[in-house]
Amino acid sequence: MSPRISTRSISILIALAACGSHDRSPPPPPSTTGAPGAPPTGGTVPGLRTIAPLAGNTWETPAGDVANTRYSTLAQIDATNVGKLHITGTLTTGVPRGHEGGPLVVGSTMYVVTPFPDNLIAIDLTKPGAQVKWVYRPRPDARAMGVACCDVVNRGPAYARGKIIYNLLDGHTVAVDAETGAEKWRATIGNVNLGETITMAPLVVEDRVLVGNSGGELGVRGKLVALDVETGAEKWRAYSTGPDEDVRIGADFKPFYAKDRGKDLGVSTWPPGQWKQGGGTVWGWISYDPETHLIYYGTGNPGVWNPDLRPGDNKWAITLFARDVRTGMARWAYQIVPHDAWDYDEIMENVLVDMDWHGKPRKLLLHPGRTGFMFVMDRETGEVLAADKFQPVNWASAYDLATGKPIEDPSKRSRDGVVTRGICPSSTGAKEFAPSALSPRTGLLYIPAHNVCMDYEGIEANYIEGTPYLGASVKMYPGTGGYVGELVAWDVAHGKPAWSIKEPTFPLNGGVLATAGDVVFYGTMDGWFKAVDARTGGELWKTKLGSGIIANPITYVGPDGKQYVAVYAGVGGWLGTSVFDDISTDDPYAALGTVGATAELSKYTEAGDVLYIFGL
Amino acid sequence: MSCTSSACSVLVVALVAALVACGQPAGGAPVAPVAPLRVCADPNNLPFSNRARAGFENALAELVAHALGREVAYTWFPQRRGFIKNTLKAGKCDLVIGVPAGYELAATTRPYYRSTYVFVSRADRRLDIHALDDPRLRELRIGVHALGDDYANVPPAQALSRHGLERQLVGYSFFGDYAQPDPPRALIDAVARGEVDLAIAWGPLAGWAAAHAAVPLVVTPIDHPADEPLPFSFAIAMGVRKDEPVLRAAVDAWIARRGPAIADVLDRFAIPRVPGGRR
Repeated sequence: MSPRISTRSISILIALAACGSHDRSPPPPPSTTGAPGAPPTGGTVPGLRTIAPLAGNTWETPAGDVANTRYSTLAQIDATNVGKLHITGTLTTGVPRGHEGGPLVVGSTMYVVTPFPDNLIAIDLTKPGAQVKWVYRPRPDARAMGVACCDVVNRGPAYARGKIIYNLLDGHTVAVDAETGAEKWRATIGNVNLGETITMAPLVVEDRVLVGNSGGELGVRGKLVALDVETGAEKWRAYSTGPDEDVRIGADFKPFYAKDRGKDLGVSTWPPGQWKQGGGTVWGWISYDPETHLIYYGTGNPGVWNPDLRPGDNKWAITLFARDVRTGMARWAYQIVPHDAWDYDEIMENVLVDMDWHGKPRKLLLHPGRTGFMFVMDRETGEVLAADKFQPVNWASAYDLATGKPIEDPSKRSRDGVVTRGICPSSTGAKEFAPSALSPRTGLLYIPAHNVCMDYEGIEANYIEGTPYLGASVKMYPGTGGYVGELVAWDVAHGKPAWSIKEPTFPLNGGVLATAGDVVFYGTMDGWFKAVDARTGGELWKTKLGSGIIANPITYVGPDGKQYVAVYAGVGGWLGTSVFDDISTDDPYAALGTVGATAELSKYTEAGDVLYIFGL
Repeated sequence: MSCTSSACSVLVVALVAALVACGQPAGGAPVAPVAPLRVCADPNNLPFSNRARAGFENALAELVAHALGREVAYTWFPQRRGFIKNTLKAGKCDLVIGVPAGYELAATTRPYYRSTYVFVSRADRRLDIHALDDPRLRELRIGVHALGDDYANVPPAQALSRHGLERQLVGYSFFGDYAQPDPPRALIDAVARGEVDLAIAWGPLAGWAAAHAAVPLVVTPIDHPADEPLPFSFAIAMGVRKDEPVLRAAVDAWIARRGPAIADVLDRFAIPRVPGGRR
């Protein structure tokens, strides 16, 4: 929370007053990462209630708020004036690799974390043009670069108790004094020698720093770890595979579906011992409900070998967990894909909101999945209330809401030594890690989606010791419909899109920002940064940035009382690797198959590393 | 060499002076310095290569370089996904000593050996298993290298799953703990310790690790079933960038000429070989 009282607070109050409605939010939670306390504005959809303080003057958590709405109460920039946006500051981070996260704004300072070597740059917003205050250089172990699967990305920092806290690719978490840039503590989460890396943005709630690992490609065992915010000491750790004790499953564990009930399923749903390398990494976003102390997150795909060698459901890979943040104990779990054959990580964001569902107030969890299904769940019980397709999907026809199981098409299940064509979506999913945004004013969830399918082909020699490792023989290519990316404005109450914007050339792989000005911001992989009308999808403004966008835009009020919007331009990541000249675009199987989907990218944009700030 | 630090300094100075002096050979035209042969290799992956240059690929690199009148300079990188991207294709080095013949990401020479997947067991167990349909496999714990989450399996392990034996398999990390020496050999050590009854491993690793094991181990090539779509044996070549035909031709010619010398090196490391075609 900013200690400064300045004109920007006044402007917010004016904006709120103009909206003429009352705050229906609960009292502020016992969170150390509270957003600035700006209440939801008027014009909120009837029956809809946000559950945690929303982002306003500042942007202090990775998603703006702990419920992961990525919605800001700021309304200075609106449909009438967004066309006047222009660059007010730029800064190169000096690392032209994939920039996947977003900055934070705390007080009058902006904080930017670069891709590996994971430098933290503090920017003084009181000075014109984005001037650097200091740079903290953690100097992580360079071996992490040889271990990370999909570019050397970092998805951003968190702020709590005067510290900027973030993860290093080499398996560490650091806390840095937000004023001085001095390192306060450094904790070891993963062992890079075993293939463990960290790319996710931590969440800090109730004095606990929540960090999960990456590295499913190397057979690591997924886990979520809670650290003490003051010391970095471990409070608890919850594995994604193994015995109930390791998974932190106890008497309070009440999964909704029978398929997720039973003792030690994290062991018995695997061939003997395979859970030890079972994947289920936790590299995405974490949400928090301050009323119940529950956190929500999803796990990645099951680890090692193709599905033929790991018969069983492979729990708890590709599973949504609800846990008590105080103890780490699981409240419920829902495995979205049993026995995965497609690499459908479900680490995507879980957006928490209370709203009327079929006439009754419910506590909802919204999960736009990699599988192509839009899950609406009761976050108290783990019941799936709806699972509707938001992109072309053929691996399953639907979800059986009575059992919680997908109704699969067996002909689209990949098998080694067999060619399986036309699987939709591809392994990169109908949506990737790039997070959606929810506007309480429209009741729409703005989903950055992909329309990409794949062929799976068994190839011979991709795994001989002592020879270079090829990886999977997966070829990805655009699905039918004449588009590759799509911004889907999903009408949660009605279970269908209200409108959408089709992007012809590339998947949408950057996050979305929604504001009380009824403007939605998003970026494209070829570098267009766009503002559209939150209610109609009509284009209001766009500008071409120096590199493709796979980052999450944020908004804040500067020390001058004016609203700004910031985003990184720096294409890369798994889907964007074709811009790096060491990948052959002639080979559709390169970069684990993604080149086929994005081979054209280098004709449109180049690698980059620029922070852009826009103002009126 | 052992010397005090001050004595070493003197020695270093003398060596530098000698090298500088060598730049101007007496009585002849100045000789252009020959660029080193830049080899991409894993610094911790015996029997193939390591930073101490104790692997068979290190030995072969020295032989090739010597024949070309050059010194070897290494670019070290772990043999994982991205190896070629970060080394050969990044222009940081020019030659990879071991790639599958016909490998897509490089221009490959003629193959210089062919090996196969093998069974490894303790000699005192007298298992003598050489076929995947051996009924005793249903009772055994079979160690195998487990890969990451991208569908790939070691071919004989995949074949075992088709025989319904996937529950007999015990996975060992293909990449291992990179802080330990030669991480892939943990699979063979597990056989020696009796942690598993049998291992399925790639021949070069198995042959070398078995030769250095604490107890006698038996290495047996796995019979390739007639109905098995995946091959078990592979020809191994050297690789260069696709736009370097001159280097490729030079290395290719050396391989054609120096078969016996190559065989000597492979024998020294107990690398099992099998006959077969070029792929």
